[in-house]
Amino acid sequence: MKIAVCVKQVPEGSRRIDAATKRLDRSGEGALNPYDAYAVEEALRLRDASGEGEVVVVSVGPASAADAIRKTLAMGADRAVLVSDDAAAGSDLVATSYVLANALERESSDLVVFGYQAADSDGAVLWAAVADRLRRPVVSQVAELRLESGRVRGKRQTEFGYDVIEAPLPAVVAVTDAINEPRYPSLKGIMGAKRKPQETLTLAELGIEAERAGEAGSRTVVLALNEPPSRGEARRIEDDGDAAARIVEFLLEKRLL
Amino acid sequence: MNLDLSQEHELVRSTVREFAVERVAPVAEELDRESRFPYELVAELAELGLMGMPIPEEYGGAGTDTLSYAIAVEELTRIDSSVAITVAAHTSLGTMPIYLFGTEAQKREWLPRLASGRNLAAFGLTEPEAGSDAGATRTRAEARDGSWVINGSKIFITNAGTDISACVTITALTGEGEISNLIVSNGTPGYGISQPMHKLGWHASDTRELSFEHCAVPEGNLLGERGRGYQQFLEILDGGRISVAAMGVGLAQGAYDLAFAYAQERRQFGRPISKFQAVQFKLADMATEIEAGRALVYKAAWLKDQGRPFAREAAMAKLYTGELSNRAANWALQIHGGYGYMDEYAISRLYRDQKILEIGEGTNEVQRMVIARHLGL
Ligand SMILES: Cc1cc2nc3c(=O)[nH]c(=O)nc-3n(C[C@H](O)[C@H](O)[C@H](O)COP(=O)(O)OP(=O)(O)OC[C@H]3O[C@@H](n4cnc5c(N)ncnc54)[C@H](O)[C@@H]3O)c2cc1C
Repeated sequence: MKIAVCVKQVPEGSRRIDAATKRLDRSGEGALNPYDAYAVEEALRLRDASGEGEVVVVSVGPASAADAIRKTLAMGADRAVLVSDDAAAGSDLVATSYVLANALERESSDLVVFGYQAADSDGAVLWAAVADRLRRPVVSQVAELRLESGRVRGKRQTEFGYDVIEAPLPAVVAVTDAINEPRYPSLKGIMGAKRKPQETLTLAELGIEAERAGEAGSRTVVLALNEPPSRGEARRIEDDGDAAARIVEFLLEKRLL
Repeated sequence: MNLDLSQEHELVRSTVREFAVERVAPVAEELDRESRFPYELVAELAELGLMGMPIPEEYGGAGTDTLSYAIAVEELTRIDSSVAITVAAHTSLGTMPIYLFGTEAQKREWLPRLASGRNLAAFGLTEPEAGSDAGATRTRAEARDGSWVINGSKIFITNAGTDISACVTITALTGEGEISNLIVSNGTPGYGISQPMHKLGWHASDTRELSFEHCAVPEGNLLGERGRGYQQFLEILDGGRISVAAMGVGLAQGAYDLAFAYAQERRQFGRPISKFQAVQFKLADMATEIEAGRALVYKAAWLKDQGRPFAREAAMAKLYTGELSNRAANWALQIHGGYGYMDEYAISRLYRDQKILEIGEGTNEVQRMVIARHLGL
């Protein structure tokens, strides 16, 4: 059983936009996308439950993404592949999914696990695009996952309850944060992470022409990215002992109560 | 010169910080209020390998360097001192003597369960009549029929009386002017452990008085060479000071973080109090001193990891961060005003937990004596 987990490094703290490039400012500290920790955890559990197999972490991103990758190795993943190339910067969904699909193609895993979304761009569709490129079935919003005789069965969280969906392997799944409680890396894991195989690949090494990645390979153009408008006529209620009454009054006035 | 931490060190920091914020912070106030020993947290810390960080893997530890250990203790103290001292006293005072001075058989017997965190160990040096003057121990051990028979008492001993405490290493007179270290297992007849002592802070940490009445331990429980007890405990304290110094930085950082956030939320005279220069200057001073204190602690840890002499720097780090944490806790509470005096505000706990950092493992005065000796005075 070979499981690939796609992970991303996201900027830590509040999001900032670089006005010049209209991209997310990635200059500060980064961390493993919180949703991806659930994907890693689920992959480790599946591997450990089956008693054999391999969990390989795959990421497309800047060299600094190695920090996020190290955390996944410390958690227990077996090895990592990072596709890092200046020409891939500024990739949109189309370009990123193309690069990622190529990297995954090379791994030919039985299962690809994604976190449901990234905390920086909030796209929540990359898994669908990658599954489409790989021509594999995809189960999204997975809150419970089981593998049985060559099939994956996912309990899918919806607004109205649960759907249970089964698909043949190889498949792609996107998990939610309800699926498990990700472990903390152990000290032994942290000390051992450095010794695990970590590959960094360029686009050329993956056989990807530069014009299929980055802005050149993107089908969307970011026209404007703006900070949210200030909340104009916000009213501030200082508590002089009657704040609750004044808030109720305000809500009544706006017909919200 | 390179002041960057390695990637492992960064990952130790982010992991322990996450653990402290997610697992310790939510229960810290309750543990303090109920003076309850944090068994569940110790089990989780053990799972992560945090109960035996600097002990090599072959003995069940995590095999990290001193700097990683200091960073972990710092990050725990930033959130809660009781949990941090439970780890630090177990590691530096309880387990280290056996690792440093034990025979191979003693290491095999004790280290796997201690370094894995299944059991806790304590170090009993202080006595009612032997505090700063720790060499004035009155506890006696006589060799009799293949045993050491111990009579005497110890006071203020951390981690000795929990449900998972396995042993205490004590200093005792084994002859005239001859001090040796002996391991005493919990449950040995004649070894009495008091009820938990009531104290100003560290409420969730286990502190006990110990008594030994004709308490016989096997001959083989002598730790290291007979008569080397004095040098051994000095060496233990040298190393232990690095972790207590790390607690000083962690506590100061925790106090600063609370004050920094509070100063921006609290409004008086129509603006956040962080807009007043008097408040800003306190925060600026705290941030500056924390930076200096952290550099001292990491330098001492780094020297130890390089196998170089570190005792002078460790005493300096302990002294500086003990006093720094006092100023930081005081200022941080001041910035909180009356709210900081209330139990619901974490700063009140940090304020109470701080004082011991200027007393335990050598008072400020004792650190100055140690430093002066290193200066050749
Ligand atoms: C919560 C807690 C946990 C502890 N845990 C442990 C433990 O696990 N194991 C252990 O062995 N001990 C432990 N201790 C004991 C601690 O190390 C001692 O309290 C400390 O060393 C000081 O000793 P003392 O209390 O007897 O003070 P004293 O030595 O009586 O000191 C009183 C004052 O006199 C000053 N003084 C003493 N001698 C001199 C001098 N020559 N010159 C100038 N000033 C001097 C001191 O600095 C201090 O200000 C713990 C203490 C506490 C409170």
